[in-house]
Amino acid sequence: MLVEEKEAVDGVKDTPRERGAIQVSRPAEGTLPVHLSGSWTLQSDRPTVAELQRQIDAAAPVQRLTFETSGLTAWDSGLVTFLRNVEELCRSRQIAIDRGTLPDGIRRLLDLAAAVPERQEARRGEARDPILARIGKWGIGVVEAAADMLRFIGEAFLAFLHLLHGRASFRGSDLALLLQECGAQALPIVTLISFLVGAILAFIGAVQLQQFGAQIYVANLVGLAMALEMGAMMTAIIMSGRTGAAFAAQLGTMQVNQEIDALTTLGISPMEFLVVPRMLALVLMVPLLTVYADLMGMLGGAAIGVTMLDISLKTYFNQLQEALTIKYCAQGLIKSAVYGVIVALAGCMRGMQSGRSAAAVGQAATSAVVTSIVGIIVASAILTVIYLRVW
Amino acid sequence: MTTAEAPIVVHDLTMAYGSFVIQRDLTFTVQSGDIFIIMGGSGCGKSTLLRHLIGLMPPAKGDVFIDGENFWTAPPEVQERLKRGFGVLFQSGGLWSSMTLAENIALPLQEYTSLPPDQIREVVSLKLALVGLAGFEAFYPSEISGGMQKRAGLARAMALDPDILFFDEPSAGLDPISSRRLDELIIELRDSLGATVVVVTHELASIFTIGNNSVFLDADTKTMIASGDPKVLRDECPDLKVREFLTRGELGRQVPAAGVPQTSARGAG
Repeated sequence: MLVEEKEAVDGVKDTPRERGAIQVSRPAEGTLPVHLSGSWTLQSDRPTVAELQRQIDAAAPVQRLTFETSGLTAWDSGLVTFLRNVEELCRSRQIAIDRGTLPDGIRRLLDLAAAVPERQEARRGEARDPILARIGKWGIGVVEAAADMLRFIGEAFLAFLHLLHGRASFRGSDLALLLQECGAQALPIVTLISFLVGAILAFIGAVQLQQFGAQIYVANLVGLAMALEMGAMMTAIIMSGRTGAAFAAQLGTMQVNQEIDALTTLGISPMEFLVVPRMLALVLMVPLLTVYADLMGMLGGAAIGVTMLDISLKTYFNQLQEALTIKYCAQGLIKSAVYGVIVALAGCMRGMQSGRSAAAVGQAATSAVVTSIVGIIVASAILTVIYLRVW
Repeated sequence: MTTAEAPIVVHDLTMAYGSFVIQRDLTFTVQSGDIFIIMGGSGCGKSTLLRHLIGLMPPAKGDVFIDGENFWTAPPEVQERLKRGFGVLFQSGGLWSSMTLAENIALPLQEYTSLPPDQIREVVSLKLALVGLAGFEAFYPSEISGGMQKRAGLARAMALDPDILFFDEPSAGLDPISSRRLDELIIELRDSLGATVVVVTHELASIFTIGNNSVFLDADTKTMIASGDPKVLRDECPDLKVREFLTRGELGRQVPAAGVPQTSARGAG
């Protein structure tokens, strides 16, 4: 668009590139004529302002610049930026510029660029805060984030109280759909991962236990590990990546689309309408999936036991039955319910807190997964200690 | 004062994000049956003002009275009741994307009325027909065009026959004919429902066709610099900035057109 009489696209590689050049004649009475010639496009080699500055310095004193452009073959923004810099330079040295001989298009572009003066406050300062200020800001940020989290948990709790009073307003069909998404549709991946985790546990255990001829205890190892911890934890981590992130992205997009505003102005609480069914779905489905994952893991262990350790299926399951008590299974299930709450809270909270841009929705999804995994591990540690001390 | 009866009274309102003030000292009254325009240049806080009026953002200072009740100091039950009298058309429609158009319009009815399903279906089909979308009940918002989404949003805003309708940039993204038809629809609704209408817009054609009262927000001085009938403001407002806005800058056209002096330091534009 800007290019006047531009020749076919410059072959950057083969021919020597076209060059732009400046040449100055001798100053007459403080006037320095500058000859611009050749191709002044962004693609071509062209002199910098520094070169002109040297020549101005050499020819001092200069009070006025004029331009001679008859040798100019092509130009685009490359020449305009150069001239803008020249104007800057001349302003600082109080040299007048005669634009009269510049091509009309360039003159108009320069005018246009100068028409609205730079807004001083618009240019963002790069100034960095001193270290103490940064630590302080970080601290305030942490406290605010914690307060936001507490507020969200409180609101979610109140919404659940409403639910218990039978006054929460969400659609049953939404809940059914969410139950399907969080439950049945998660089965394939839960199957695959927990079967393999069970097999891996059995495999590692087998190598060690074989040294003592105690292969049969592979059943105890796999059974206890799955029921107490791995079943619940693997399920929760799968659900945080699969469903928690999806919740955050859904709710974040609803923020962007003003769908949540639309609910609020109708007097429908987004906590009740959107967050409660999602939390319900996860809290109901994660324990169920955990039971399933436990079984799959034990099957995975059985596969290794039968193929590598020559334990018969029957012996394996008899041994399992002896090792597993209701208590261990219950402990694992309680953990899984807690994990379900954590994944749902993290996903919904990050989604509701999401900003109103595409990048913010992405961050919300990422942050939902990070928050829930950290929460799961911390909760696991706390619950394990409680079980050891109390139960 | 008679303002206690007016549907919306804004008194000494200051809007701010944290310590960043958007607009201050806003005081105006929307009378019953008005089509009230909130206008001003881009980024002056028009939509933010709307968020204050529809209960999405609390004021930093000052009060908003809806039907004589101070909205932001009222208890939650009163706020809920007042909100129920609002119909809001959001800038992007704000339709719930996981629901069909029919479900979108039915939801407010299901929440706040005890109508049986077949009556709700009838109301839904009426509202869709009013905005020219008869037969689109089973479509999802993503399956229809932007203009249709806007109209569907309007149908949802009218679902509960609200007393006050709010429009955020109704004609943005619409072609001239659709935007004109939307304007006619707004007037029609005001006349037939007896509703009060508040419109955020900078579309001059709409402003003059539908508006009978207005407030002009200025981004530089961060306050309102004019209020009244836009047609009167165009001709008689003492503030040049308002007259320029309402005449599309035709007034000052002759003055700075040619050689803009380079070094003249004008105020931040």
